[in-house]
Amino acid sequence: MTVSLSGSEVAQKITEHFPEAVFETSDQAVVVKSESLFEVAQYLKNSQGLDFDYLTSITAVDYYDYFELVYQLTSLKHNHSLVLKTRCYDRAKPTLPSVVRLWRGADFQEREIYDLMGISFTGHPNLKRIVLWQGFEGHPLRKDFL
Amino acid sequence: MEIGEAKEHIYSDTELDRAEGEQIEALKAHSQQPIPDPDKWLDEELRRNILLTSVDAILNWARRSSLWPAICFPACCAFELIAANASRFDLSRFGMEILRASPRQADLMITAGTLTWKMAPQVRRIYDQMAEPKWVIAMGACGISGGIFRSSYAVVPGYNRIIPVDVYVPGCPPRPEALIYGIRMLHHKISQEHTDIKLPPLRTG
Repeated sequence: MTVSLSGSEVAQKITEHFPEAVFETSDQAVVVKSESLFEVAQYLKNSQGLDFDYLTSITAVDYYDYFELVYQLTSLKHNHSLVLKTRCYDRAKPTLPSVVRLWRGADFQEREIYDLMGISFTGHPNLKRIVLWQGFEGHPLRKDFL
Repeated sequence: MEIGEAKEHIYSDTELDRAEGEQIEALKAHSQQPIPDPDKWLDEELRRNILLTSVDAILNWARRSSLWPAICFPACCAFELIAANASRFDLSRFGMEILRASPRQADLMITAGTLTWKMAPQVRRIYDQMAEPKWVIAMGACGISGGIFRSSYAVVPGYNRIIPVDVYVPGCPPRPEALIYGIRMLHHKISQEHTDIKLPPLRTG
């Protein structure tokens, strides 16, 4: 069975390389700052012993004060998984770095988050609506929609 | 592979998306009111025509005895329709066992499922491509009024916003018996229809 790594333990490894990156940590997840999301993701993907070569899914949650993005990472090599989170406090124009360059599977999921939550991803090669049509007003999964 | 070079080959043109969005918005703006039952507005045309009752009877018998449904199954009601088609309920009793993938060969549309605005132009196109005479059965709560998704931002509140509907079959989803009852109602409706023959206008003097 896939072993889910402790967030705190992985957070220690991250802090060794990026001292400012980790925002909050628990057994279940690592929360990193949105500015260093891409570097941390790159580190998690490429470092020996972690090798998170597979992105299972990305989810966005609207907590009124901020948006939280949940990245479910899996390593097919070591058969372990990790939950990586980041937060976005700017409600008017939420922006996060795209991870499509690391995991191609993020392409459609980031587009879906852009479509339904209105979070734009810098560095995404084709950021446009995926489920709704061009010209639709608003982002329906936000809590303040309607 | 670098994203930059992949982009030209993989990703579609944004112009297409814009055109699609405009088409959907235009259809949505035009479809704010439900279209009434075709019988209500067909009648006025028919009153001005000559009625050949015995020919009518044969034509209508032929039409109602072999209705060929077009394939238009956007959601879960399709399974009840498939069940109605299969051995237990056996729609071939009514001469309608063939589901046509081509709308040109179909004369009945059974709207089995929720319709979103993004899909609506395609359903409208399938309806437009069907040859006259054609009929529509709105199957299930979503087909009639949008059902539980009626207040959604993305769902068409009833097929009668975009195409004229002849028979409504309620249920979520309706049982095959209910669908067959609706088909029988449509048969009854067709049997009372008159042939529309257009004659050249008379010349006077």
